[in-house]
Amino acid sequence: MTRLLPPLLLTLILLAGWEIACRVLQVPPYFLPPPSAVARALIDRAPILAASAATTFGMAMQALALAAVLGGGLALAVSLSRNAERAVRPLAVALQVTPVVAIAPLVLIWTGLDQADRAVVILAAAVAFFPLFSGVLTGLKSADPDLERLFDLYGATPLQRLIRLRLPAALPFILEGLRVAAGLSVIGAVVAEFVSGSGATQGLAWRLLEAGNRLRTADMLAALVWLMAMGLILNALVGALERRARRALA
Amino acid sequence: MAEAGPAAALRGATIDYPGRPPIGPVHLTVSPGEIVALVGPSGAGKSTLLRLLAGLEAPSGGTVFRGVEGHTGFVFQSATLMPWADALANVALPLELSGIPRPDARARAAEALQAVGLGDRLTARPRQLSGGMAMRVALARALVTRPDVLLLDEPFAALDTVTRRRLIDDLHRLWAGRDARPAVVFVTHDVEEAVYLAGRAVVLDGATGRVAADLPSPGVLPRPEGWRADAGYRAAVEALAGALASAMPSRGAT
Repeated sequence: MTRLLPPLLLTLILLAGWEIACRVLQVPPYFLPPPSAVARALIDRAPILAASAATTFGMAMQALALAAVLGGGLALAVSLSRNAERAVRPLAVALQVTPVVAIAPLVLIWTGLDQADRAVVILAAAVAFFPLFSGVLTGLKSADPDLERLFDLYGATPLQRLIRLRLPAALPFILEGLRVAAGLSVIGAVVAEFVSGSGATQGLAWRLLEAGNRLRTADMLAALVWLMAMGLILNALVGALERRARRALA
Repeated sequence: MAEAGPAAALRGATIDYPGRPPIGPVHLTVSPGEIVALVGPSGAGKSTLLRLLAGLEAPSGGTVFRGVEGHTGFVFQSATLMPWADALANVALPLELSGIPRPDARARAAEALQAVGLGDRLTARPRQLSGGMAMRVALARALVTRPDVLLLDEPFAALDTVTRRRLIDDLHRLWAGRDARPAVVFVTHDVEEAVYLAGRAVVLDGATGRVAADLPSPGVLPRPEGWRADAGYRAAVEALAGALASAMPSRGAT
């Protein structure tokens, strides 16, 4: 509880300062609404925002699952051969450094504009791919070299080596990759939704755009609060998972 | 009784590493049940020869001979335990990798841990063990397959003197307790440890990695209580220290 108190206190002070500044300086609400107006928007638009949050969250989780299967699977395959890793790694880096906004229109063409949610999942997965690929690959190679020799000495099969040595050694790296990828998948989903534009998907990003077009700034901020909360909860969940695994493995 | 062949031997084995002077050729024969200490300056290739004997590395030239199709035990410089597994699972690993069913493997692992004095720490994780205890687990893991060759690569170097001496006496006791004593090759840079532990000490030349001297240790194994005060022990330590000094690659600049 004492760990939560300082950040809560700071948030309250910042919100109070914001509210007072808006009232004293008479800031127009379309420019910057006071927190009280944002709170009202949060309450009034709760059902719509919750539904949109569920949409965005669902797409982000699908993307994360897709990235985990593809990134983890590819890393596993590549870890078996040094040449395969040499061949694949530059491509994976190329995918990572390409801005998702830039490939979004292309993916939209491929999926069709009427399947924008698929495009969002694919784009978010492309963003979440690299930390998972990199985490799994680094982790699989992180086992103690002397333990690797011990497995040589006792004639371990590749499968035994994978299950009994490399995967347990990789788990902390995999979970670290998962934590980063989870955050990126939400960011990727929002960016992809922005690009796919005008209501093709009904996630939080669309709510942001919609409210922005109507200059309903309080509604925008309310959607932003949902996004922020989603990111924090996701981060906390994966963080808890990571800590638990570390305790089990250490 | 038919004359027994060697447990393991290096016959003119050489190792070429890129960018380093080649090691060897090395001739070394290890008889069944004997304890050999490998001493030499760092860089003389002690650990490399051990890996050759274990079959973990192939020689660039010459041959590595292994006696009967038996097991090899190996203990590294650090305990090298799987941190996510308890002591029992760590010791059972070699058996389970060779396909022995888990209950049997775990039962034998428990016996092996009992033998090294850790019968009450079966479920302890490596981080819950002291350095000496972790090394005992590693020793139990190396012995659980009842190897006929046991290879140890400076296993006790990181431990304090009391723990190290206790472990060496335990190693002697475990070695002597077996009906068919394993051949032991023990890499160390400590001449006192080499004389006390082994029936003979093989000195490797620092420049060429070849065998520079082969000195028998006096007395019987395991060592009787207080043997370190024995004049024969002191003399053997001095002789080995002298042989090691002349095996150093460059004199004067130390």
